Amino acid sequence: MKLNSKIPEGKLEEKWRNYQANSHLINPTNKKKLNVIVVGSGLAGAGAAATLAELGYDVQCFCYQDSARRAHSVAAQGGINAAKNYQHDGDSVWRMFYDTLKGGDFRSREANTYRLAELSAPLIDHFVQQGVPFAREYGGVLVNRSFGGVQVQRTFYARGQTGQQLLMAAYSQLYKMIRAKKVDMLPRHEMLDLVVINGKAKGIIVRDLTDGTIKRYAADAVVLATGGYSRVFRLSTLAIGCNGSAIWKAHKRGAYFAAPSFTQIHPTALPQSSDAQSKLTLMSESLRNDGRIWVPTKKDDARKANEIPEDERDYYLERRYPAFGNLAPRDIASRAAKERIDAGHGVGPLKNGVYLDFKNAIDRLGLDTIEDRYGNLFKMYRKITGINAYEKPMLISPAAHFSMGGLWVDYELMTTIPGLYAIGECNYSDHGANRLGANSLLQASIDGYFILPNTINNYLQTELAEERPNVDHPEFERVEDDVKEHIAKMMAINGSRTVDDFHRALGKVMWQECAMSRNRAGLEKAIIQIKNIKKEFWSEVKVTGSEAELNPELEKALRLADFIELAILMCVDALQREESAGAHFREEYQTKDGEALRNDADFMYVSAWEYNTGNFKLHKEELKFEYVEPTVRSYK
Amino acid sequence: MKVTCKIWRQESADSKGNFKSYETDGLTEDMSFLEALDHLNEILVLKNERVVAFEYDCREGICGQCGVFINGRAHGPHDHVTTCQLHMRSFKDGDTIVIEPWRANAFPILKDLMVDRSAFDRIIEQGGFITAKTGTAPEANAILISKEVSDKSMDAAACIGCGACVATCKNASAALFTSAKINHLNSLPQGRPEAHKRVLEMTQQMQLEGFGSCTYTGACEVECPAEISISNIAEMNARYLKAKLLS
Ligand SMILES: Cc1cc2nc3c(=O)[nH]c(=O)nc-3n(C[C@H](O)[C@H](O)[C@H](O)COP(=O)(O)OP(=O)(O)OC[C@H]3O[C@@H](n4cnc5c(N)ncnc54)[C@H](O)[C@@H]3O)c2cc1C
Ligand code: FES
Repeated sequence: MKLNSKIPEGKLEEKWRNYQANSHLINPTNKKKLNVIVVGSGLAGAGAAATLAELGYDVQCFCYQDSARRAHSVAAQGGINAAKNYQHDGDSVWRMFYDTLKGGDFRSREANTYRLAELSAPLIDHFVQQGVPFAREYGGVLVNRSFGGVQVQRTFYARGQTGQQLLMAAYSQLYKMIRAKKVDMLPRHEMLDLVVINGKAKGIIVRDLTDGTIKRYAADAVVLATGGYSRVFRLSTLAIGCNGSAIWKAHKRGAYFAAPSFTQIHPTALPQSSDAQSKLTLMSESLRNDGRIWVPTKKDDARKANEIPEDERDYYLERRYPAFGNLAPRDIASRAAKERIDAGHGVGPLKNGVYLDFKNAIDRLGLDTIEDRYGNLFKMYRKITGINAYEKPMLISPAAHFSMGGLWVDYELMTTIPGLYAIGECNYSDHGANRLGANSLLQASIDGYFILPNTINNYLQTELAEERPNVDHPEFERVEDDVKEHIAKMMAINGSRTVDDFHRALGKVMWQECAMSRNRAGLEKAIIQIKNIKKEFWSEVKVTGSEAELNPELEKALRLADFIELAILMCVDALQREESAGAHFREEYQTKDGEALRNDADFMYVSAWEYNTGNFKLHKEELKFEYVEPTVRSYK
Repeated sequence: MKVTCKIWRQESADSKGNFKSYETDGLTEDMSFLEALDHLNEILVLKNERVVAFEYDCREGICGQCGVFINGRAHGPHDHVTTCQLHMRSFKDGDTIVIEPWRANAFPILKDLMVDRSAFDRIIEQGGFITAKTGTAPEANAILISKEVSDKSMDAAACIGCGACVATCKNASAALFTSAKINHLNSLPQGRPEAHKRVLEMTQQMQLEGFGSCTYTGACEVECPAEISISNIAEMNARYLKAKLLS
């Protein structure tokens, strides 16, 4: 299949407007006849479900948690970007577009990235209208702060709970439409497979988590908004239930998977303290606005932080990247931390962290200001570690955080399966090889609120003439049988190892070989190791209880089985891309001073993988840069 | 570290439950309380037993999905901390820890430590929103809101919907939860057009769901992980009276 990105004609600034002007409309009476399945109730899913319902479609919305309000968007702390230029510091749509494109190391489409910047300002208007209590000045106007990778202040925030506040707005709007009987909300329902009829997405198979019933849902179009898959590393900043299952199953049914190995490792999480640990807590990147990152210049320095004099501290980000200092983009900051830790300068009980120090900021701005800006983060730090960070520097360390990769989508956010859309973190669209801080709440939201509701008409109008989707179609039966067989097979193994045990094994391989820095030998080895884990899993895993009941162990096992397969594709992708770009750092391709070495001549494309019964086949979407000359990404 | 976990086991919504004790060895102080339960579950699997069902997702105190009664307190021994942010260093080697689900008529037990809190969603459904469609918003800075008002709204908006307030209240009242949403929206200019309707409908739904009424014991605000103040309830009541008078 030839990939068609469907980028509209016209100048960059006019593309989205041209698209809207030329896309098909559906009249209100016909909209009522069409129904759309939205899997996921995070910012992308809830935004889409509510807006599609407002437009008149019938919507079924699914999530695996007990309420739509718990989607992992809730955990975003730092903020959301918008090119409002409220600070009068030279910001503009163009600059935001450029920062995003450059931040992604020129591995995303110009047209998509521009649209992201263009729709950012109206999104802030939208959220204010929905009652988001963003931070404000005494005079009543909105406040901004800066975030990693940019030099203007364009980030809007609600204390350290921006994601929560945005999600509450989306959830409220969703419940408004539930009340209007236009959305049927199905929490504790997990999508386990996709139903494709005559080449088009026509429904899903889900498991009701409360009693294990397998159910069928049919629709005119299916939208996946299932979030990120960084739990493939096991330890990550994601919620425990976050999974790749929905997109993985869609991939196996024909949707291409783009840039699976592009994953972001966040520089400021709390370090791992033991093997039993189930997740890594993020400390918002906004802390890097005022905190300074350092390690002792002496290796294996056993002194306490406060005993180490100023001239024996290495503020390595300020040293290596004087222009951006502590605000260097995430991939760079994480790699720099790893470099120092690997070189023996790590701090903390397991020597796996670096310091994030607020002493200077407190001296300069006063304790009150720091408390006002980051109070809840300091409180959280204390709850988890028992340490008061107003007195001692925080200990931080890199952690798996965000998946730039995801299902390949065109400009309309449609995957390679007609009628199947992917929105929010689960697609590959705007961030390229590295996402800028505060850009993904934005992407998830505009995908759901603004883009999809405008593009889906184009497809749905062709479906009006078709037969209404029906769960009695034989294909539903076939896919349901596949799902049931998969579960029965898993339950029957009754081996000797727990699901968590396998997840730890997978996580170790992925963190070692497919995280911050990668190399050919390591990736080749990882693929073999993961294939072994897969074999072992399917002969040795033990899941107790039954499939016909609420069974958290089975839920975990099903998610892990998909992660294992996805992990193989991630390594295959990382191996194939023989360059360093953004978060994808191949040790073989670096400059003399250890910076990423991109190869535009050979790799200026998006890798879109076809499942091809497990013999992954690569398709290339060439990237053309008409408006911006790809430069070497330097933050020095 | 070794503790005895005395855990409420109940197979399904309509079966009878009872406590079962599990000696749990191999714990460390750095483990979170939920990681200790994970650890226990791994042991149970290897002994061919059903795992203990308990709720969680984010494990960082923000999604509100976790929540159990630990030694007679919602979310355990500390004030303002979710179950997922509790660590084993809060217990001593040899302790017996009693673990139960939230208990309230409006939160029926699903299994073991898991309850159904969908009543909260239905309260939100009755007006916990601003009626405005996507695409109709005016320029953000056209609505000026003083920092004081915005901060106060944010204090209330911080609720994570965990249900600890209900679980800890002797009347199983949802007044803290409901008031938080009402005050978040009603104190903002955007929320004002529907302010009266909102307070009347949401409080009515709260009663329909079978939550008890508030008698101001203040127990809820002590447990609330988001530190929602009980003054929200007084404010909601004032708003309620005003709405009643004016409608
Ligand atoms: C700790 C943390 C902090 C962050 N901070 C920021 C920040 O400050 N700024 C920023 O811009 N971005 C931030 N991000 C990134 C950002 O929050 C996410 O990228 C974004 O919220 C993703 O939204 P989403 O709607 O795509 O997915 P999510 O919010 O994760 O929603 C996924 C939904 O899909 C459902 N789901 C998943 N799988 C299934 C299935 N199989 N069946 C049924 N339902 C399913 C879930 O139940 C959920 O409802 C942060 C991320 C993390 C982890
Ligand atoms: S698991 Fe999310 S608040 Fe505890």
